[in-house]
Amino acid sequence: MPILEIKDLQAGIAGRQILRGVNLTIAPGEVHAIMGPNGSGKSTLAQVLAGRDTYVVTGGSVRLNGQDLLDMSPEERACAGLFLAFQYPVEIPGVSTSYFLKAALNAVRKYHGQPELDAMDFLKLMKQKMKLLDMDTSFLSRAVNEGFSGGEKKRNEILQMAVLDPKLAILDETDSGLDIDALRIVAGGVNSLRGPDRGILLVTHYQRLLNYIVPDYVHVLRDGQIIKSGDKNLALELEARGYGWLEEPVAVH
Amino acid sequence: MSTDTGTIETLANKEYEWGFVTDIDADALPKGLNEDIIREISRRKDEPEFLLDFRLKAYRHWLTMVPPQWANIKYPPIDFQDIIYYSAPKSKKKLASLDEVDPELLRTYAKLGVPLAEQKLLANVAVDAVFDSVSVATTFKAKLAEMGVIFGSFSEAVKTHPDLVRKYLGSVVPYSDNFYATLNSAVFSDGSFCFVPKGVRCPMELSTYFRINAKETGQFERTLIIAEEGAYVSYLEGCTAPMRDENQLHAAVVELVAMDNAQIKYSTVQNWYPGDKQGKGGIYNFVTKRGKCLGQNSRISWTQVETGSAITWKYPSVILQGDNSIGEFYSVALANNYQQADTGTKMIHIGKNTRSTIVSKGISAGHGQNTYRGLVKVLKGAANARNYTQCDSLLLGDQCGAHTFPYIEMKNTTSRAEHEASTSKIGEDQLFYCKQRGIALEDAVNMIINGFCKEVFKELPMEFAVEAQKLLGVSLEGSVG
Repeated sequence: MPILEIKDLQAGIAGRQILRGVNLTIAPGEVHAIMGPNGSGKSTLAQVLAGRDTYVVTGGSVRLNGQDLLDMSPEERACAGLFLAFQYPVEIPGVSTSYFLKAALNAVRKYHGQPELDAMDFLKLMKQKMKLLDMDTSFLSRAVNEGFSGGEKKRNEILQMAVLDPKLAILDETDSGLDIDALRIVAGGVNSLRGPDRGILLVTHYQRLLNYIVPDYVHVLRDGQIIKSGDKNLALELEARGYGWLEEPVAVH
Repeated sequence: MSTDTGTIETLANKEYEWGFVTDIDADALPKGLNEDIIREISRRKDEPEFLLDFRLKAYRHWLTMVPPQWANIKYPPIDFQDIIYYSAPKSKKKLASLDEVDPELLRTYAKLGVPLAEQKLLANVAVDAVFDSVSVATTFKAKLAEMGVIFGSFSEAVKTHPDLVRKYLGSVVPYSDNFYATLNSAVFSDGSFCFVPKGVRCPMELSTYFRINAKETGQFERTLIIAEEGAYVSYLEGCTAPMRDENQLHAAVVELVAMDNAQIKYSTVQNWYPGDKQGKGGIYNFVTKRGKCLGQNSRISWTQVETGSAITWKYPSVILQGDNSIGEFYSVALANNYQQADTGTKMIHIGKNTRSTIVSKGISAGHGQNTYRGLVKVLKGAANARNYTQCDSLLLGDQCGAHTFPYIEMKNTTSRAEHEASTSKIGEDQLFYCKQRGIALEDAVNMIINGFCKEVFKELPMEFAVEAQKLLGVSLEGSVG
């Protein structure tokens, strides 16, 4: 059974259609990249999958491990194993990163009928995962994303992904705002989270990220539809030639 | 705040041991206020002459006063002749166990994490604490007495230490201070008294629960705390009130006096009945709290978490008289549904090198209106005085309001006052971020609010901080989403 199965997904915002029939299937273990020019609907797709209610789904279906995703609340989707690494991680003043993550982890565990982790076990898990991302434990006591640099914010997203251990991780423009060192660290973290049971969907504007996280499939989204799919070489071709060559020839009347 | 079974049993047994009268009923005076009523209150309490004089002087002055109109609150005029000014607990049916308590009330307690023994207290099951206006015994009195700390009900102190009461009563909040303080001075029934002698560090947090128990009974608490040279005391005041339909008036006065190098920390969690979701009922809370840093290097800190009451009108203040003295005010005020809060502080700098800090966090939800009103006054002689004020407001929804009225009066050129203010709305982005991590909406709101209030909560004693966090959550239930 695929982890994610999107069929003819249509969605928009305030009467404006953005996704016009997206089809995409991700099997366990696969890494897919969605690329496309600005305004093609990449981030909308990520937000719609996570359940952002500013977008209205007008048609199609989405299944996460066979479950009807569109029927679930954002927190249910998260608990069922969908994780979104935000393009712009949100600051929550006064709430420590460790408190936040513990609340999240225990919410997910509770959903699956597992007992809550106590403070000691949680700390042990955190230390282990933070090593992965070369993060100092002082992160834990800092307020969520408050005063974090761009790189720290993105690392924090991947840390959360590592701790919450999702079935499907969607990374929305995770490379934006990262210098090359930060990019390496973040990509290293993501690569270490690749596994036979997990699906990863990378949403990115540039091919650069894909040098570090090599995808199994690359899709091009344009005007709310996937107009071309291929392997990692498609990304290289896009890098070299831009998106223009994919344009369908204009019909001559 | 987990209390293990052993502790609960011990406590439960203790209560039984203390053998409190279980049938309580209000032996109230007739409604209304006149000199006869005041004489009767004083007579029933067997008070010395000076106290009756104090009451009568206040009453006569009160007759010349009108209720203050400047606050940003709206309520129908109060008929002061329609209020009962004194009720002492007397036989009323007491519940045998928690099984007899309204399950809705128990649900709230459970959410607050109130220990079983305390639940019983709050739900009128078995007790030691303040019932209405007359205090019942306080716990660790004997141990405190060993160290020379006097802690007990105000009425008791009047009998055992009349000289101290006489010396300090009205010394910080004079009988003529303001409409409600003057009313309190005339009719106050009971409250707490605490005296910490020279050089003594009070070994435990002193606490008391106030409740409004009898129907249509105005509550007029009077509290006086004195810390002598080098003394330290931390005092906790927790309030809960059962559901009531009628608006009830609550007009307390608290006076604190700190001598040289003394420190008083006064923490409040106020959860009087706020009225229902339509704004019906609820407590009118008109309180005068003031501390005087009389001695050099003295320090008075007010920390308050105000979640209850239909109306809160309260400005815990510090008079910084001694050189190098410090005044602090940390506040979280919540106005949900139709609650109105007009609260803040006054810092009066008189001595040299005096310092004050004000951190106010206002949360508005539903149709709630939250006002910060503060005065920083630096007198001529207060060389090098410093004030830092920070006022933050958080709005939930678009029907509520946040207002800030900071007044600064500086009469000394070497002094400095800083003021920072912010207003923010709880963000859809923040909520979605939390939800995307699996955290349910209600928990997300609690988390964000508690983060917002963190600077104040960290000033509270540990147990109180936990309670305050939960209280905010319960008070905001259903206000988002």
